[in-house]
Amino acid sequence: MSTAVPDLERFLTRRSFIELSARDRAEALLDAGSYHELLGPFDRLHSPWLPMQGIVPQEDDGVIVARGRIDGQPAVVAAIESAFQGGSIGEVAGAKIACALELARQDHEQGIPTRPVLLLETGGVRLQEANLGLAVIAEIQAAIVALRRHVPVVAVIAGMVGCFGGMSLAAALCSHLIVTRQARLGMNGPEVIEQEAGLEELDASDRRLIWSLIGGEQRHAVGLADTLVEDDADAIAESVRDAFRRGLPNQHRSEQVKLFLERLAAIDPSKPLDGKALRALWGKGAKA
Amino acid sequence: MEMINLDYPAEETVPRRVHVGVVGSGELEVLLEPSNDGQAHVSIRTSVDGYGSIWKNVLDRFFSRYKGAAAIEINDFGATPGIVALRLQQAVEESQS
Repeated sequence: MSTAVPDLERFLTRRSFIELSARDRAEALLDAGSYHELLGPFDRLHSPWLPMQGIVPQEDDGVIVARGRIDGQPAVVAAIESAFQGGSIGEVAGAKIACALELARQDHEQGIPTRPVLLLETGGVRLQEANLGLAVIAEIQAAIVALRRHVPVVAVIAGMVGCFGGMSLAAALCSHLIVTRQARLGMNGPEVIEQEAGLEELDASDRRLIWSLIGGEQRHAVGLADTLVEDDADAIAESVRDAFRRGLPNQHRSEQVKLFLERLAAIDPSKPLDGKALRALWGKGAKA
Repeated sequence: MEMINLDYPAEETVPRRVHVGVVGSGELEVLLEPSNDGQAHVSIRTSVDGYGSIWKNVLDRFFSRYKGAAAIEINDFGATPGIVALRLQQAVEESQS
């Protein structure tokens, strides 16, 4: 009980990152007073496709791009607002992220050490924008790979939506992935798996089961995420600063092809596999 | 989706533009900025059809107190009249702070 009191104090005084809007999340990660939004709502760069389908757009299309500083160095943050259309990536939303990463790469080529951060809270592609959303997710992925030659690309998945679909692949391409226990990271969301493969395959309403498979703690334990952090805006901002202090990994996770092929080969698909068993198989992590 | 436009007389200038809210379930975003003709104009885009008279009531009441020459744009995703009134009030307070 002696440790419970300081923990309780910290719990009561912390500022939840999950409860912040995307705009406030971006601001929380940048040095105080340095936040400057690009292509904000008054630029009215909303999705042209949603109103055609009778859906109300949001004037920033659910992505906040902000310049500022992290640890005194120039930085750019692209934050997805999960409350708007589930954080889905439409043409405009995705283009804002891809352009932010492209401009950061151009900065590096001109000697400006811009630090890129992605706040990923997304169900993946926006189905109403179909191939345009998919194409722009490919652009984001290409931009991450081009930029990570110069500087760590840092991503945060805080929750509660998580990061799914093509954007989970974008998360996997990042140099450093920060997650909370509330975060989820996976290709298909649990509801999709249940719908396609049946309740016997996966009960999407079983939250304990879902988080034991794709939750932030599990993803960190098997080496698919780098930092596990509490839902605390200050702690997450410190994790982001720390990720840049560590610099580029010797090898990015997505370049460790041999390691991951061996990991896949170690799995017997004829036997059931739960989160605990996967930890036993993969638990050592895959960090460079 | 329905578009609603309303106009009101105004007496005061709006100090600065502000954006509040999010187009989430039961929520709305409000963009409030100085209008260029000294009058107030409201442009509403709502996901729920057929509530034009309720929107007019909420905005009539709002402009019975607020006299700013504002151009207000609302993107609404099913917010209740109470939420709409609170977001409008928040926008006004932030534009004056």
